[in-house]
Amino acid sequence: MTFGILSYGAYVPRLRLQRKVIADANSWFNAALKGLGKGERAMANWDEDPVTMAVEAARDALVGHDRDGVTAVTLASTTFPFLDRLNAGVVTGALNLDESTASNDISGTQRAGTTALLQALNSRGQTLVAAAEKRDSNAASPLEMQTGDGAAALLIGEGEPVAKLLASATRSADFVDHFRTIDSGTDYGWEERWIRDAGYMTIVPPAIKAALDKAGLTPADINHFVMPAVLPKLANAMAKKAGIPDAAVRDNLSAVCGDTGAAHALVMLVHALEQAKAGERILVVGFGQGVDVMLFEVTPANEKKTGRLGVSGHLARRREETNYNKFLAFNDVVEIERGMRAEADKLTALSAMWRNRGAVTSFTGGKCEKCGTLQYPISRICVNPNCGAVDTQKPEPFADKTGRINSYTADRLTYSPDPPACYGMIQFEEGGRWMMDFTDVDEKDLEVGRNMRMMFRVKDIDNQRGFRRYFWKAAPVAAGGN
Amino acid sequence: MAKGIRDKVAILGMGCSKFGERWDMNAEDLMVEAYVEALSDAGIETKQIDAAWLGTGIEEQHVGKSAVPLAVALRLPFIPVTRVENFCASGTEAFRGAVYAVASGAADIALALGVEKLKDTGYGGLPQRGRGTVNNMTWPNLSAPGSFAQLAAAYRAKHGASPEDLKRAMAHVSVKSHDNGSRNPKAHLRNRIDIDTVLKAPMIAEPLGLYDCCGVSDGSACAIVTTPEIARSLGKTDLITVKALQLAVSNGSEAQHNSWDGSHFATTRIAAKRAYAEAGIEKPRDEVSLVEVHDCFSITELVTMEDLYLSPEGGAIRDILDGFYDADGQLPCQIDGGLKCFGHPIGASGLRMIYEMYLQMLGRAGERQRQETPRIGMTHNLGGFPHQNVCSISIVGRYEG
Repeated sequence: MTFGILSYGAYVPRLRLQRKVIADANSWFNAALKGLGKGERAMANWDEDPVTMAVEAARDALVGHDRDGVTAVTLASTTFPFLDRLNAGVVTGALNLDESTASNDISGTQRAGTTALLQALNSRGQTLVAAAEKRDSNAASPLEMQTGDGAAALLIGEGEPVAKLLASATRSADFVDHFRTIDSGTDYGWEERWIRDAGYMTIVPPAIKAALDKAGLTPADINHFVMPAVLPKLANAMAKKAGIPDAAVRDNLSAVCGDTGAAHALVMLVHALEQAKAGERILVVGFGQGVDVMLFEVTPANEKKTGRLGVSGHLARRREETNYNKFLAFNDVVEIERGMRAEADKLTALSAMWRNRGAVTSFTGGKCEKCGTLQYPISRICVNPNCGAVDTQKPEPFADKTGRINSYTADRLTYSPDPPACYGMIQFEEGGRWMMDFTDVDEKDLEVGRNMRMMFRVKDIDNQRGFRRYFWKAAPVAAGGN
Repeated sequence: MAKGIRDKVAILGMGCSKFGERWDMNAEDLMVEAYVEALSDAGIETKQIDAAWLGTGIEEQHVGKSAVPLAVALRLPFIPVTRVENFCASGTEAFRGAVYAVASGAADIALALGVEKLKDTGYGGLPQRGRGTVNNMTWPNLSAPGSFAQLAAAYRAKHGASPEDLKRAMAHVSVKSHDNGSRNPKAHLRNRIDIDTVLKAPMIAEPLGLYDCCGVSDGSACAIVTTPEIARSLGKTDLITVKALQLAVSNGSEAQHNSWDGSHFATTRIAAKRAYAEAGIEKPRDEVSLVEVHDCFSITELVTMEDLYLSPEGGAIRDILDGFYDADGQLPCQIDGGLKCFGHPIGASGLRMIYEMYLQMLGRAGERQRQETPRIGMTHNLGGFPHQNVCSISIVGRYEG
């Protein structure tokens, strides 16, 4: 038994906003944006946030792994939906992990992801590390074009690792290249050239050297250099300064995804692991008020096939979005007229939410021990018309079952942040069904019999109180998916 | 099975307000409009009423809770008054309360009144509302058209019907109801339309377009019931009696158990069988002479024709296109315009359907009067969603006793 990375997964939202449409809309004001108007950025659906994306990345990482082994969940982000409510706790609940699981949030810096990973690697037990980011940005800001939404997750612990940590180094430095507060809402940044020269190029190289020295390796031994940064060519300059071969510099996914902030080092690491061969070494850098450096060696176990989608699979699960106004509306950058139907009170009774956490957060139903009927939600009396037994149901998880569409509609009357509201009856072959929302689906793809995957999403946003509630929705099963 | 209430209760009088956008009327005014007509038709005074039932569906939009609004509006003399609510079947539920009171002997004369004042919502369609504290956490924000539209998807999948054929039959349903509504002075929508208008209308919830959806209206309807003996003693000769009253309520099996395929109403089939048994009807397609169903949406009417065993399973499209249910067809459906055009003030609708049966059987339906006086009329009232609903069926007919 060896300690290391046991598994990994990722999540990139399906929508990809074309940067050209952002540039076309805003270059009247800032002509420099034209130069950034290439490629696409990952764009969260209206019902996605760092918590939901972390759940998907974690499920991707847990494919083929027994969840009972997980003893801790750490969630890293600088864009948590809740300031005071454990976000990792929502993830733990959605993953239906045992209540003895430790959960904690790590935040406050763009290197929150690498810090969470480093802590897990330096701890005992089996930790599920997830990092997710969905940054708000001002219209016509470079950040709007450079960033993307996404998440990654890694399972750390004893077992048969796919990669082992050879060495690590960390540095703290209150270098404020940008900041964000509750009041500012979006990033306020300083000049890029100063950030590059006095920041990255000064703070990172000594830490890389320290890690390599500890491992007794040279820069030339690095096969994959994970160096996230939105500054163009910075990773190449860093490799050159550190003596790492330029060929080892990993694609920062700028063209197809954008920078996923606190999650990006882990997103790039997962992407590297998807392609790395046994014996190859991966150097990961996380920058932000200092630096984390981790040096991994890939093992032969990494070559085992799993059902994960990972970064590559999720990048392939893609729908081009050319409506910049939709992006602005989803992110509340512009206030659109939502109509009177949107005024319905979305108050969540927290007591009822707690009482029904199994059904709502974990998507757990019941299995009648008398007749074997699966049903959702769990209830005192069996729904099978030929059974009706009382108090015979044991909890039955539904979240990872594939359902199929029994009936559907695309509703243009009811309020939805993204009309038409698509929903219908989802039927699980082994038993159980529920009338539920669909997500990540185009109206033209709706058909009776279509296989659907359950996904944890924002159900409703309560603007009156700033609360959001989560539930599971049905989305078309991705090609090659788990 | 219980032996039922066939012919135990007669309709003494009925009334119905004009349905529509009654901007100048409170719910209480609408109640009085229907009541005054019913009372005059019955030929009695308020003090002769022993008990009353009020049916409303979305009372938070108008009168609020309890039976007090009915008692106050009609100045009922401190008699037992009960408010009932069972989604869109609330009107028939009020009728059931009054009829059962008379049938049991607890009341000699009882009143049922349904009312809804929907046009204080501020926008078209039914009011957007919550589904309950726990349901809100898991249910889609489903609208009425969005839930009923799903019948079409499941019906097509089950019967292999093409979207075009189904949509055309649905369009025929609406065109027919507009024709009928144009001949009804109390109807909300009195304009005739053609198939093309229906097919080209804006989409509301796939595949239901604007003209596949019924009107949202203000209105009230009222029935006064008694025993045939008392009716005769009060001078009534042509009596219309209740032959059957049945209600079937979903128990979660459609919503949670895979035995239901989504293409029909499990409740309607059960309630229909029980109602036919209670009324002594063996061949409904031949014996029923007039039917008013809960045509909240064209697809609902279409599948209901099969669920009531009037059309064979999978055969509703053909019957509809053949004109079987047209006003001059073999078994007219919605001869008064239906929910589609008479309008759908929720709590009033069930009683409005019975009102039409009553008028037709007494030869009082004016321009839309069926030439051959109907003998057996069936009304069907649905509330909720296809996957979880309440279905009430009443059968009324001429009293042969």
